[in-house]
Amino acid sequence: MFDVMTVRADFPILERETRPGVPLVYLDSAASSQKPYQVIEAMDDYYRRYHSNVHRGIHELSEAATFAYEGARVRVARFINAPESDQVIYVRNATEGINLVAYSWGRSNIGAGDEILLTEMEHHANLVPWQILAEEKGATIRYLPFNENGTLDLAALPALLTERTKVFSFTAMSNVFGTVTPLRTLIDAAHSAGAIAVVDAAQCVAHLPVDVQELNCDFLVFSGHKMCGPTGIGILYGRRSLLEAMPPFLGGGDMIRRVTLEGSSWNDLPWKFEAGTPSIADAIGLGVAVDYLTGLGMEAVHEHEQFIVNYALEALSEVEGVRLLGPPATQRGGVAAFTLSGIHPHDIAQILDEEGIAIRAGHHCAMPLHQKLQIPASARASFYMYTTIEEVDKLVEGLARTKRIFRT
Amino acid sequence: MSSDLYREQIIDLYENPLNFGELDPCDFSYEEDNPLCGDVVRLDVRLDSNRRIADVRWRGEGCAISQASASLLTEEIKGMTLEEVKAFSKERLLELIGVPLSMARVKCALLSLKVLKAGAYGIPSPGEMRGEDD
Repeated sequence: MFDVMTVRADFPILERETRPGVPLVYLDSAASSQKPYQVIEAMDDYYRRYHSNVHRGIHELSEAATFAYEGARVRVARFINAPESDQVIYVRNATEGINLVAYSWGRSNIGAGDEILLTEMEHHANLVPWQILAEEKGATIRYLPFNENGTLDLAALPALLTERTKVFSFTAMSNVFGTVTPLRTLIDAAHSAGAIAVVDAAQCVAHLPVDVQELNCDFLVFSGHKMCGPTGIGILYGRRSLLEAMPPFLGGGDMIRRVTLEGSSWNDLPWKFEAGTPSIADAIGLGVAVDYLTGLGMEAVHEHEQFIVNYALEALSEVEGVRLLGPPATQRGGVAAFTLSGIHPHDIAQILDEEGIAIRAGHHCAMPLHQKLQIPASARASFYMYTTIEEVDKLVEGLARTKRIFRT
Repeated sequence: MSSDLYREQIIDLYENPLNFGELDPCDFSYEEDNPLCGDVVRLDVRLDSNRRIADVRWRGEGCAISQASASLLTEEIKGMTLEEVKAFSKERLLELIGVPLSMARVKCALLSLKVLKAGAYGIPSPGEMRGEDD
C-alpha cells in the first residue's frame, strides 16, 4: 500500500530545512529528483568497499565492481522490458543518448534532402543534436505543432511524415506542459512512413511504466537523476539490428575488440558504445533506483502523482492571475507550469525560495515552446512520489504572498 | 510578508520605472537580453557637447530586479562622461540596488550595466572619430 509519509522517510534530504525553521518544499523533481537512502548507501558502499575498474582486473574488487555494474544493466533492462540487456547502453544522460543516435546512426543514415521530424515542444536536448546533424548533412527539420492546450496536433502528422522522413524523434512527456504523448500512435506513424522512432523518455520513465517492446520504438533515452538515481548516468535503449549496424560514437578503451597500429575492430554490444572507464558508481546507483521504483510500483507512483497534480491544477487555477500551461490532469504527468499576471517567473521563484519552496523558473530548456506561447518564461512546479498535498498548499500560499509583495 | 529582496524600493521601481521610454534621436542605443531568464533591456543615450550623458531612456521587460536596476542605473549616470560610464563598476550598481542577491540574480541585476557599457564602447573615442574634423 502506497503511503507518502513512508516514502518520504526514505529521502534524507526531505528532512532538511533551507533556513532555520523553514523546511524544504521540493517542487522541482522534473529538473532532478531527490535520492532515497538506498541509492546513496549503495554508491557509498561501492566506494568504501569494492571500488575498482570494471572489465579489466582479475582481482576480487574488479570482479565485484563488474558484477554490480553489469547487474545494474540487467535491472534497467528488466525495468523497461528490453529484450536483452546488451541493448541497454550506459550514457551520461538522455542528452548524450540522443547525441549518440544523432551522431552514430544519423551520420550513417541521413543525407542531403532527407527530413527529420521533431515536435515544437521538445527539450533542447531533442532539438540541438538534430539541428547539428541537419546542418552537417543538408537535411531538413520539420516540426509537429502543438495545440493551445499543450497536446500534439496529430491531424498535422500525415502531411509531415513523408517518404523523405528518416527519423521522428519526440518527447514521451513534455517537461513544460507535462503532456503525455500518444507514443504508440507516433511510433506506428513513423514506421508506416519508413522512418525510425526515437523517444525522449527523460520525464516519462521516471513517472510511468514503460515497455519498449510493447512500444516498438527504435531508440529510447532517459536520465538516471530524474528517477531517484544519481547524475552522470543515463540510458540509451536501441533496437538490436540498428545498434549492431551503427559505428561507435566515441573511441577508446573498453569499446574495442582488437587494436593494431593500422586500425581497430569493435567490441560487442553494449560495450561498443561505452568507451573509457564508465560511471561505475552511478550505474550501480541507477540499478538500485530502478529496484526502488519497482518496489513502489510504477502504477502506484503514477497514481500518487495524478492525485497531486489534479489537486495542484485545481488549487492553482483558483489563484487570480494564474495562467496554467498544458492539458488537463488526465493527460499529463506531475508537472504544473504557469505564469502569474504582472510578475516575472524569476521573482515568483525567488519569493517562494524565501519560504523554502523550490520551483523552476525560466524556459526549462524549451525556448521554442515559450516563443510560440509568446511568453518569455514560465514558473514550473513538478511533483514526484514524495510530494504531499500540504506542499502544494504551501505553494499556493507562497503565490498569495508573492502577489501581496507585488501588490497585484 | 516582509521580503529581504523585494524591498519597497524595488517594487516601487518595478511599478513606476524611472527614465522609461525612448530617445529619438540619440547618440547610441543598445539592446541585450538574458535568454536564460527572458530579461531584455534597451538603452537610448544622448550626449551633450562635452560628451557627457545629457539624457537616457530605457525600456524592456523582465524580472523586478533587472527592471529596477535599469531605473537606478539610468538615474545615476546622468551627467557622467563616457569614460566615467565605462569605468562604472558592477559593485557600484549592486550597492545602488542595495539588497543581497544570489549568484543567479546578480546576472539580472547587471544586465542594464552590460547594455550601457556595450553601447558606450561602441562609440568611438574623440580621437578616433572619423570625419569629425572635416
